[in-house]
Amino acid sequence: MRALKFLLQKELRQISRDPSIIRILFIMPMVQLLILPLAADYEIKNINLGVVDHDHTEYSRKLVNKIISSGYFRLKDYSATFPQGLHAIEQDKTDLILEIPSQFERNLVKENEATLFVAVNAINGVKAGLGGAYIQGIIQNYNQDIRLQWIQYPRFDPQPTIQVTSSDWYNPNMNYRVFMVPGILVMLVTMIGSSFAANNIVREKEMGTIEQINVSPIKKIQFILGKLIPFWMLAITVLTMGLLIARLVYGIVPLGHYITIYIFASIYLLAILGLGLLLSTYAQTQQQSMLVSFFITMIFNLLSGLYTPIESMPGWAQIITKFNPVSYFIEVMRMVVLKGSGLADIRYHIFALLGFAIFFNSWAILNYRKRSG
Amino acid sequence: MQAVIVENIVKSYRTKKTVVDALKGISFSVDKGEIFGIIGPDGAGKTSLFRILTTLLLADSGNASVDGFDVVKEYKQIRNRVGYMPGRFSLYQDLTVQENLEFFAAIFNTSIEENYDLVKDIYQQIEPFKMRRAGQLSGGMKQKLALSCALIHKPSVLFLDEPTTGVDAVSRKEFWEMLHRLKLQGISILVSTPYMVEASLCDRVALIQKGEILSVNTPKGVISEFKKPLWAVRANEMFRLMKAIKDDPSVESCYPFGQYHHVAFKVQENNKEKLEQIAQKGNYTQVEIHSIEPNIEDCFMALMKE
Repeated sequence: MRALKFLLQKELRQISRDPSIIRILFIMPMVQLLILPLAADYEIKNINLGVVDHDHTEYSRKLVNKIISSGYFRLKDYSATFPQGLHAIEQDKTDLILEIPSQFERNLVKENEATLFVAVNAINGVKAGLGGAYIQGIIQNYNQDIRLQWIQYPRFDPQPTIQVTSSDWYNPNMNYRVFMVPGILVMLVTMIGSSFAANNIVREKEMGTIEQINVSPIKKIQFILGKLIPFWMLAITVLTMGLLIARLVYGIVPLGHYITIYIFASIYLLAILGLGLLLSTYAQTQQQSMLVSFFITMIFNLLSGLYTPIESMPGWAQIITKFNPVSYFIEVMRMVVLKGSGLADIRYHIFALLGFAIFFNSWAILNYRKRSG
Repeated sequence: MQAVIVENIVKSYRTKKTVVDALKGISFSVDKGEIFGIIGPDGAGKTSLFRILTTLLLADSGNASVDGFDVVKEYKQIRNRVGYMPGRFSLYQDLTVQENLEFFAAIFNTSIEENYDLVKDIYQQIEPFKMRRAGQLSGGMKQKLALSCALIHKPSVLFLDEPTTGVDAVSRKEFWEMLHRLKLQGISILVSTPYMVEASLCDRVALIQKGEILSVNTPKGVISEFKKPLWAVRANEMFRLMKAIKDDPSVESCYPFGQYHHVAFKVQENNKEKLEQIAQKGNYTQVEIHSIEPNIEDCFMALMKE
């Protein structure tokens, strides 16, 4: 016990004396949390619209006005022919062309129907999909407006319509930040947990100081704990800072308990730190451990459900996410923050993470050798 | 009981294609309370041997014991009673002198106060800088700190891997004086060095080359094994002279030594005349030829040639 106390004391002294650790540890989360959620917005605005109007009537003008006044589109190009409009897309001036055929108004009034053509630049898939959907919604709305104007005798509706009204549970305003900030926070804690501890041990290997530890009667478990605990504390500090920023800057107050978050985070960190320690027992240089932990956290983060919902991933990827601790934490964070879940609701996640923690740490302890063959 | 016993230790490193034999069946023993030097050039296997004895490395075959404990089966006891100072400075550079010493005392379950008398001599010299970070010490002070840290738990056997490499002459002399004082305290010391001059400062030395021990003897014994008379030659053009001497078929060996060339002959007759002949033939000036007593370095040079 006494040896462990001194190991911890030594570790904390070293950390506190390394200005770069402190800087990275506190500035990185601040910047990420203050900038990323504001910049990474799923809602797409400022789609550049090109219009090819062959009709030039009141109706076609109304339609274009309606689209632009929605706020999602900016009129960037007004061409006389479709090839000209296409040229604007090729030059990246516009993302989307709306072609209004000649006789649009006449057909609409006389035949009761008219056609429009929408061409979308699909290089950016998200933008194309959303842009197409927005414009369709607006056109439908426009269609309804016209129908309403024409109704003379409300004897019966010639075209029965089903109107869908939706309300968004747990995040009624569809506030994108409430959903993103806890996820980004998880990503941060993961990065700190997996790479800092790993690098630290590998540094001791590089400096040769680990040899001095290895010839001493210190037990493996003491050594590993001596590394695990300080970085666990650091990561919890970063989590606390992140939660504070979420509350003070974004006004995110979890519906559930902070205690639930901390309990889960504690277990989660054991698993992630264990993974870092495991890497460090294999890596010989800081570069190796850095690259491998970078690679692993990258995959973990991309497959975590932070950016794309797990449910929309292909089957094999969904299976991989089952072995990804990050996806559990992100889910739990969202459950606690948005839904107010308690410990009982996340018990399955806790068991999974305990499994990860035991697996990684025992592997790390087994693989850490005080002597080499 | 002997402090260290090594029997037929074999160790080879396998890389992808090649196998490097670091130690090819080494045997020797170190008595209690002696300074045992292991002298050998770089790559001779000194560090591998030290790492095996300090339980950091497993040998492929052979037995070794330190302080009566087997290095494989009873490694835990060994770790409590040996001090190891690796060749590279490997203390925590970002901790201060005092913190390093405290830390190493603590992980061996002791404290500075308990064994202060043992390290006092050495530690007092660096104590004025005890608040300084270890990384900012000079080379000599780093060695002293490393030695203090290796000693703080009162080891019975001390392993010093090239402790004087890269240290200036004055600090080296001081360092050896410290080792002699430690010996008086009953600590057995195993020290490796690439410098042959330091061999004469040990009680016994083992000459190791390419993983094999060439000789184990006292420094005096090593010298007495050298039977041939030795000549020192000096002239104005040393390099040409060396070539000329080496070309002579009767010469056994010739190598530069300080300002002289040391020459040994295969047959011990008319040696001086032969050297004078060579000097005359090459028109050298300032020629100086005299017979000398071999020192330990000459003996090692001869042994390594065999």
